[in-house]
Amino acid sequence: MAIGETIRNSQIWKSIFRHPMPLDRRNRIVVMLTNFFLHLHPVSIKKQGIALSFTWCMGGVTFFLFLVETVTGVLLMFYYRPTLEWAYNDILALRDVTSLGVLRELHRWGAHAMVITTWLHMYRVFLTGSYKPPREFNWVIGVFLLLLTLLLSFTGYLLPWDQLAIWAITVGSNMARASPLLGYEGPGQQLLTIGGIDMITDGSDARFGLLGARFVGEETLNRFYVLHCIAIPLAVALLLAIHFWRVRKDGGISGPL
Amino acid sequence: MHSNGLFLKDVAGFLGSYYTGLAIMNAIAAFLIWRRKNRTGEAVFWASVATALMVLASLAMSGSATWVPHLPESLRKLVNTLSGPVNYTAGTTALFAGAFVFRKFFVKPMVAWTVFNAALLLMGLAMADENFASIVMKADNVPIVGLVFLLAFFTWVATKQAVENDERIARGLPPLEKENDEKVLVWPDLVYTELICMVAVSAFLLAWALLLPAPLEEPASSVKTPNPSKAPWYFLGLQEMLVYFDPWYAGVALPSMVIFGLMAMPYLDFNKKGNGYYSINERKFAYLTFQFGFLELWITLIILGTFLRGPNWNFFGPFEFWSPYKVEVLNNVDLPQMFWVNMLNRPLPRVAADAPWYAQMATILLREAPGLVIMAAYLFLLPPLLAVTVFRKYFAKMGLVRYLVMINLMLLMLSLPLKMVLRWTLNLKYLISIPEFSLNF
Repeated sequence: MAIGETIRNSQIWKSIFRHPMPLDRRNRIVVMLTNFFLHLHPVSIKKQGIALSFTWCMGGVTFFLFLVETVTGVLLMFYYRPTLEWAYNDILALRDVTSLGVLRELHRWGAHAMVITTWLHMYRVFLTGSYKPPREFNWVIGVFLLLLTLLLSFTGYLLPWDQLAIWAITVGSNMARASPLLGYEGPGQQLLTIGGIDMITDGSDARFGLLGARFVGEETLNRFYVLHCIAIPLAVALLLAIHFWRVRKDGGISGPL
Repeated sequence: MHSNGLFLKDVAGFLGSYYTGLAIMNAIAAFLIWRRKNRTGEAVFWASVATALMVLASLAMSGSATWVPHLPESLRKLVNTLSGPVNYTAGTTALFAGAFVFRKFFVKPMVAWTVFNAALLLMGLAMADENFASIVMKADNVPIVGLVFLLAFFTWVATKQAVENDERIARGLPPLEKENDEKVLVWPDLVYTELICMVAVSAFLLAWALLLPAPLEEPASSVKTPNPSKAPWYFLGLQEMLVYFDPWYAGVALPSMVIFGLMAMPYLDFNKKGNGYYSINERKFAYLTFQFGFLELWITLIILGTFLRGPNWNFFGPFEFWSPYKVEVLNNVDLPQMFWVNMLNRPLPRVAADAPWYAQMATILLREAPGLVIMAAYLFLLPPLLAVTVFRKYFAKMGLVRYLVMINLMLLMLSLPLKMVLRWTLNLKYLISIPEFSLNF
């Protein structure tokens, strides 16, 4: 006890935690206001709003899974090279050789789980009518986050570079080939010609933009890798910040108004 | 595929622990009913269910074809013959409709528990079938099995509270969520819940990762196309729509409309009631529309696309071997063909290839006239017609723009089931087919 007391009274401890232990009511309030990680929360909250049967925790679980994906993803990046020569072999090594190869399982199942928890979170928000005013725009941000979650999962699907990966991405991205006007097999692309020269070909249409090539190849792998590891996570992080901020600003967590 | 006996030995351990898990689950339930609820009769019943499940567990462990509990061959054959896109869709629709109409019955905990047990038992029995197991236990399909049970569970949780609230509101009381507006401090009440959640999710994910290896197939090869080639599971509903529509609509236009519709939803739903609590009766229209789009179309089609679509995207029953040689008759006809050739008994309107462009356009318009008239009626005649009949109150409250957005989104959503029905009844391929502009609908 005495040692604990000494540590908590030391200059180092006090410089890190800007408040005493949250043991009494006053300090339980102070801790929420003075700790960076806790200040996302309000100080007090509707008891009903955090009842498990009401909230299901799915938004929080989705955010936690995003953090799990970030951490395991960064670690996986140490082992994985997004080139035709190495991509598959590196995943093979993760399965058979690397000591912490289970990281890949954590990352993949975490990704599946994140898609599911996102849906369940939106399901709950719909069923409690929590998208209604004043939370309309936060729902819209949520839909963007749903889209980005699916894109994260989709871009990650290609990276193992096995048969499952490239054919799933081929099937998925073949849709872009049929975009109205912008896909070279899409309706109306015949209209976009200049002086009899087609503007939309298999080398310039929406699918080419997505894949960086006429078929799923090394350019696609590189493109999806960058999207998966940098571009989309950054966009998600920004939207998440706004999403959480708006929860606080638009009347706090769900509950009858 | 005919079992060679090895399969049952391979899954014996899994099935044994599966039934044991169910038994433990029921034993805990029996214990809680006895101690907490003091209902001894029910407790004895669930305890005997647990005992029976333990017997099943030991039988399953035997790994012998005679002893492992399974569905009779004749029943499996019957299910295979009966299942097809039509019966599947009709069946799930009936299931959802029944669950909705009789929701007051199904929200009773004991009823739900019985249904849950029956579903798990059926799943276990089916798992002793090699073809069923090979699809359901495919690593990337496991999450979807989880999704089905999670959705069933959470729909039940939500419906239970909604039914309770609707009864209270009918009696003039506020919803349960409004009853108690007590506030608590976030530390400790919320932060500890979050911590426990994080630990639980981590433990669950770790167990999942350790038990089930992530799939890794042969190295990518752009010359060897797997059959079937499937998109990631969350897009399989879209891939299933390709059966009925061209990619520009099923893969681009409709998904964009789904996203747009979700974003537009809060601005279209003008109903001020039901904000922040579970209720069905106070927002029946919004509820049914959403559930139709989510459970009936999105989720049901994902399950169909994942578990029941095999090589060449043919339909396979749950206990059927995915043979790449299965042949399905394709005798679908375009509407212009039906109208000009079959009905009027004359050739399709045609024009010489070197005719001026306006003659070409006129011919296309004439040829596609039946489909264009139907589409124009559907998209331009139906909205005003509905505005003065079924949706008169909605139109008055929403105003022109919001009404038009809503009605068009609904009509686009309904275009999918309508096209499915047209395909099944009339073998209709396309309403409009203009290959000159790659425009088929």
